[in-house]
Amino acid sequence: MKKDIILGGVGGQGILTIATIIGTAALKRGWNLKQAEVHGMSQRGGDVQSHLRLSDSPIWSDLIPFGQADMILAVEPMEALRYLPYLASDGWLIANKTPFKNIAVYPDEEKIYAEIKKYTNHVLIDADAIAKEVKANRAMNIVVLGAAIKHLGFTAQEIEEAIKTIFASKGELIIEANLRALKAGIEA
Amino acid sequence: MENMMLLGDEALAQGALDAGISGFYGYPGTPSTEIIEYAQRSKQAEANNVHRTWSSNEKTAMETAIGMSYTGKRALVTMKHVGLNVAADPFMNSAFTGANGGLLVVVADDPSMHSSQNEQDSRFYGKFAMIPVLEPSNQQECYDMAFHGFELSEKYKVPVLIRLTTRLSHSRAGVKTRQALPQNQMKKPDDLFQFMLLPAVARKKYKHLIELQKDFEQESKSSPFNSCDMSGSDKSLGIVATGLAYNYLREAYQGKPIPHPVVKICQYPLPVKELRELYDSCDSLLVLEEGMPLVEDMLKGLAWKGSKPIKGRLDGSIPRDGELNPNKVAQALGLPDTMGQPIPEVVSPRPPALCVGCPHADSFLALSEALKEYGRGHVFSDIGCYTLGFMPPYNAINSCVDMGASITMAKGASDAGLYPAVAVIGDSTFSHSGMTGLLDCIYENANVVIVILDNSTTGMTGGQDYTAFGKLEDICAGLGVAREHIRVFKPLKANWDEMVAVYKEELAYEGVSVIIPRRECVQTLKKKNKMEIPS
Repeated sequence: MKKDIILGGVGGQGILTIATIIGTAALKRGWNLKQAEVHGMSQRGGDVQSHLRLSDSPIWSDLIPFGQADMILAVEPMEALRYLPYLASDGWLIANKTPFKNIAVYPDEEKIYAEIKKYTNHVLIDADAIAKEVKANRAMNIVVLGAAIKHLGFTAQEIEEAIKTIFASKGELIIEANLRALKAGIEA
Repeated sequence: MENMMLLGDEALAQGALDAGISGFYGYPGTPSTEIIEYAQRSKQAEANNVHRTWSSNEKTAMETAIGMSYTGKRALVTMKHVGLNVAADPFMNSAFTGANGGLLVVVADDPSMHSSQNEQDSRFYGKFAMIPVLEPSNQQECYDMAFHGFELSEKYKVPVLIRLTTRLSHSRAGVKTRQALPQNQMKKPDDLFQFMLLPAVARKKYKHLIELQKDFEQESKSSPFNSCDMSGSDKSLGIVATGLAYNYLREAYQGKPIPHPVVKICQYPLPVKELRELYDSCDSLLVLEEGMPLVEDMLKGLAWKGSKPIKGRLDGSIPRDGELNPNKVAQALGLPDTMGQPIPEVVSPRPPALCVGCPHADSFLALSEALKEYGRGHVFSDIGCYTLGFMPPYNAINSCVDMGASITMAKGASDAGLYPAVAVIGDSTFSHSGMTGLLDCIYENANVVIVILDNSTTGMTGGQDYTAFGKLEDICAGLGVAREHIRVFKPLKANWDEMVAVYKEELAYEGVSVIIPRRECVQTLKKKNKMEIPS
């Protein structure tokens, strides 16, 4: 069993937190994990991605080969499309609808949504709005994670436990906000 | 023994801690920064009083590490690839002095230039200095090589180079740790000539280093990190895979046995006997290596009077530049390539940019305003976040070459008659390599304006301390800048008129001016105020 996931977004949007949560759940299962991250100049508002590889057998490459990712999980719609060369033909494309506009000319959002909708296996949700609804404004990333988990083959309970583990030092209120965001994402 | 999830950089730092290191030295630089950052967070390092503060630059770091090695203690110096250019003088000479306590030089290369101004392969430096080089292929080897490197260094009394690349430095995986060793006792060198490179001594040292080469090769032959697997039955091709490239090779065959004979190299100098055996038993060779074609070139030179094809980056089997990936390797092996859908045309590039609220943005806009009447092409800049001032909407700077070059290039241009000649350098970069250039300006009273953008941190690499913090005005005055031409303001839109006026006044002054726009980096400020979900 293996799961290769490309996480995409803009520097500072919280994709590494998503990777850590999924990774924690995978380790609990006793799986192997490799997680390639982007540090340095690109983190300054540029596009960032993380290659998260999970498997019950040994993992060799730190990078996912093109055309072999089981999922693209993006917290920004244009960033979801940037990694399509990695996606397997039966892979899932999970994207947040809210654009992050920090470039001079941001493309027409409807055209971006149309490209995402070309994929049968897609989920496109307004995670920013959902996070606000459940009073977890800063947990947009966790809403997107919630929308992804059934296609990843993880149970809600596994991910909840991972959230409790990694936010343990942040206190009850923050854990609760993230659990609400997760639930809202699952139900979206 | 513990199983930890660590970045390659962190695995190396943890390995060094468990191997009884006494001091980490370095200057931040992507992708090497996390080695010292990890040691700074480590409770183990704190409990054992391990040195782990940043140095002014890579040269001072390298020299300090040599000094610690002199006392018999284990030391590690770390930097990015271009940092080794800065430290090249002590690095090359350390091969002659050798080490007393174990000395590791850990250099992280950045193929594909994710966060760098050039692409270079530090294995060449190892070969140049004639010292052993270790090139881990995974996070576990990063950890284990810290032990192995220190042992090798102390056995032969030489420094050992460990070469990392971005992909391993910044990728996380499970690492099994060992029982930690105590630090070495202080023990000065037995031979008090050891670190004395007077020509008469240095000549003997060089002969000794040459003699050691056969021992180093023997070590490579018996290294637990190298292997020679001749079991592959398809001898039409033999494969040489170094460091990280070995993983891409295994990935290409999805962990199944490789049908060709394979020599894996993670320790240099090259194990020549094994390579000879591979060459003799196969019809052609394919060399897989991250970075420049070092091994490929050497094999062509060895080639044992044969004319069999040796494939790699030089014949185009692998692209000549850029980082390897599983697809490039699979293609070179003649395996089917895989590819998803192309990136739709609607997707725009999203280059890195100055953060919202960044003090540099205000400093640049006001500078451009003050320079408007002179036209563009007057601003020499440097290495840091502010290099992004080149991008629109700022279009504010005209050069970025190496740490400190803004000041000296501005001086050279001013010497040639360019007016105005402006240098823009960050506070940490100034502390790294700006002071000597400023002294050159003072010495000749050059007509330059030097802008030291003070965001009170080393920003680009994520907010590390630097040695000149809080001392910029005094340093400039001490070097000889007139106090009335050291001007400080707070870069904010509200202060627009003041900023433009200060720039204009100092542009009009014939001599050395230093302007210090000072406001804290928004990222470090955010970190300090952090009471929120990490994102």
